[in-house]
Amino acid sequence: MLSIKDFAVSFRTRRGEVEAVRGISLDLATGETLGIVGESGSGKSVTSYALMRILDAGGRIKAGSATFDGRDLAQAAERDMQAIRGREISMIFQNPRAALNPIRKVGHQLEDVLRRHGRATRANARAKAIEALEAVRIRDAEARYDAYPFELSGGMCQRVVFAIALACGPRLLIADEPTTGLDITTQKAVMDLVRDLTRDRGMSSILITHDLGLAAEYCDRLAVMKDGKIVETGPAAALFADPRHPYTRKLVDATPRPGAGLRDLLPVETRTPLADHAPGDRALVQVRDLVKTYPGKSGPVHAVKGISFTIREGQSVGLVGESGCGKSTTSSMLVRLLDRTSGDILFDGFDIAAIPADRFVRDARRSQIQMVFQDATDSLNPRHSARQTIADPILRMSDLRGTALTARIEELATLCGLPLPLLDRFPHQLSGGQKARVGIARAIALDPKFLILDEPTAALDVSIQAVVLNLLADLRARLGMTYLFVSHDLNVVRLLCDHVIVMQGGEIVEQGPAARVMDAPRHLYTRTLLAAAPRPPAAIAPATTSAAE
Amino acid sequence: MAGRVRAIGLRLAQTVPVIIGVIVISFILTRALPGDPAVYFAGAMADEQSIQQVRETLGLDKPLVAQFFLYVGDLLQGDLGRSISTGQPVLTDLAMRLPASLELTLSALVLSCIIAIPLGVLAAVRQGSWIDHLCRVLVTAGVSLPTFFTGILLVYVFYYLLGWAPSPLGRLDFIYFEPPRVTGFYLIDSLIAGDLETFAATLRQLALPTITLALFTLAPIARMTRAAMLQALSSDYIRTARAAGLSRGKILFGYGLRNALLPVVTTLGMVFSFVLGANVLVEKVFAWPGIGSYAVEALVASDYAAVQGFVLAMAFLFVTLNLIIDLSYALIDPRIGFDTK
Repeated sequence: MLSIKDFAVSFRTRRGEVEAVRGISLDLATGETLGIVGESGSGKSVTSYALMRILDAGGRIKAGSATFDGRDLAQAAERDMQAIRGREISMIFQNPRAALNPIRKVGHQLEDVLRRHGRATRANARAKAIEALEAVRIRDAEARYDAYPFELSGGMCQRVVFAIALACGPRLLIADEPTTGLDITTQKAVMDLVRDLTRDRGMSSILITHDLGLAAEYCDRLAVMKDGKIVETGPAAALFADPRHPYTRKLVDATPRPGAGLRDLLPVETRTPLADHAPGDRALVQVRDLVKTYPGKSGPVHAVKGISFTIREGQSVGLVGESGCGKSTTSSMLVRLLDRTSGDILFDGFDIAAIPADRFVRDARRSQIQMVFQDATDSLNPRHSARQTIADPILRMSDLRGTALTARIEELATLCGLPLPLLDRFPHQLSGGQKARVGIARAIALDPKFLILDEPTAALDVSIQAVVLNLLADLRARLGMTYLFVSHDLNVVRLLCDHVIVMQGGEIVEQGPAARVMDAPRHLYTRTLLAAAPRPPAAIAPATTSAAE
Repeated sequence: MAGRVRAIGLRLAQTVPVIIGVIVISFILTRALPGDPAVYFAGAMADEQSIQQVRETLGLDKPLVAQFFLYVGDLLQGDLGRSISTGQPVLTDLAMRLPASLELTLSALVLSCIIAIPLGVLAAVRQGSWIDHLCRVLVTAGVSLPTFFTGILLVYVFYYLLGWAPSPLGRLDFIYFEPPRVTGFYLIDSLIAGDLETFAATLRQLALPTITLALFTLAPIARMTRAAMLQALSSDYIRTARAAGLSRGKILFGYGLRNALLPVVTTLGMVFSFVLGANVLVEKVFAWPGIGSYAVEALVASDYAAVQGFVLAMAFLFVTLNLIIDLSYALIDPRIGFDTK
């Protein structure tokens, strides 16, 4: 149904023409689901935009053809493309809330599409729009018709985007990272819906994702892209079982999966034995009846409802839950950026919760508790070089100056695997992984005892995530740090943590040793979370050597 | 919906303390100015005794707090005092002159919007094309040419050299009669009276000062439209709209421009505020009997009642203007009223 041949896309930039897609060929049969997998910059999204001919200014299809139903999409006139988009081929996107016009009712946005393609008239547009909302199983569609995107949850917004995509009965759906930014249970719900509806309608679909596990679960066939080229295609299970191309092998290895240890994520040749770390017996952090209540418009919002837990010295504790469960509020209180409503946080036996957050900056314990933030880009000052960023906490909290300071910064950079010449670069000159290393170096600059890691790998590609997770494990063993690892990704938590705390609705629903909680979950919610995580087919790779933790 | 009504009500209530603040400040400010108003009011020939008499009749011998309450009492009755230079109540003066300024400012803003918004949109849509460059040239010219210069230049070319424009002396050529006063806006009043000839004459008289001011106000509006439009067009929902096959017009105007309007409206409000205060120069060049030249004359003549009246009138105008802008936000953006306090 769709046949892409020698397809190439280039962009005009200030530094000349850049080829984003360099001659790819793909075929898609009717009713087939194809997954295009690759890391950022691989050209997978650009391919889909080029197929739809909605490239940004400066981008053009340089060569090749894309034959859809006998028509070459690369050559079609803009007028014809407008008729094809939305009616023959449609798309859903990542970040669904931003993908909807923020100031237009969702019902009206649906009507725009329906009327544009002649599927509705002024008279019956409303009824048809409600029908389209019901088709994606939105409950109470009549009421949702009048909602604005900001009044809906992320998952609901994605359903609306999906409703818009399906409204005119297209035969091909392109889903570009449709679940990025959604919770894991929502992700499952959305993906199941996409799979069911495309199957029911006999549609073909292309799923573009960086998540090999997700692609393997929902696609018939996968194409792995790297640097604008397809390096390997094949049935999902076969690709996992026997990756031919070294890059595919690297991706498969780097995908966190049950049965694989931290070192298994790395390419075989760089695997070194993992140093042991043994949690001590002494309690470093004790949280007792911690409560946080925010004043809200419709009454107080109970973000954290009296939770208690203990983190022992040298232990790594995973704090897991979906957005809104209170895990970020809890970590903010622990790192003393947020004041608690009531309860104690004993750090080394001293109640640090009693010190107001705005005064904790000048407390000696500030250097003991540090944080690695979620977004490596946003959490670095864009006008500070890596060196200045790492020096910042040292200058504030210690007396190191001059050559001693330089030596310390270089020691930290080496520790975090950041090449020294990169120290004088600014964040925009660094890659995602390098920025993550800067963030970690800054956090450990003062030799903290306790490090709070707030989804430090959420924005990273899997191969870089693998490296950063291993770095964190090495640092833990070397410096004897205690971790609180906040994440929504259970597979990642399992790799790094000894102990897991599962939160839901501001309460701890389950906690215990990581292996026990993961393998024999007691609480229904934990089971739901575990079931929702995509399960990559087990790699029957001969190279799985090192023992799991 | 109820939330929005409440938010609008709250916004209305917020204007009250602002107005009270303005009254207090304008009162203190005029009291803080050097010079004794009683001396001015008594006139050049007055002796010590008559000055004292004036002081008592004006209430200036009373303590400051009592004076303030007297002042507020007068204000509530609509009494802003009497101007010594025109000899008329300040309220009457303002009622005469404010519409003249407003008519000029508003027509300049309408004209610059008509030019600047499409220009900004086009410049954003065809980024890097000749129209983008034209936009840049106009914007640069608009901000770098002072209004008195463009005003005089226009007068020189269109009145003196070409003779297309009428003499730049006030709101209406002396051969016409003022239209019967309803709103104070000659354009509207002449239409109400059905006097198309006067309407045309008013328009001719308005043309040059309006163009002068419009050239000046065009720059920020066009710039902001271009920037806001560029941002809107690069957002995810535009991509969704394109992927859904919506027509170009719908994408540009229904989705892009409506989202880009918010910052444009903000700029419009700011431009309106500073133009109202800053069009003194244009009023002087075109002998426009507006509020700006009135205030300058009053200040030069130490005519405190008039200055005070001007400050109050401007403050009220700004408060109303900001209110209108905030309310129009609520109309454009459904999110407002929920996530703002």
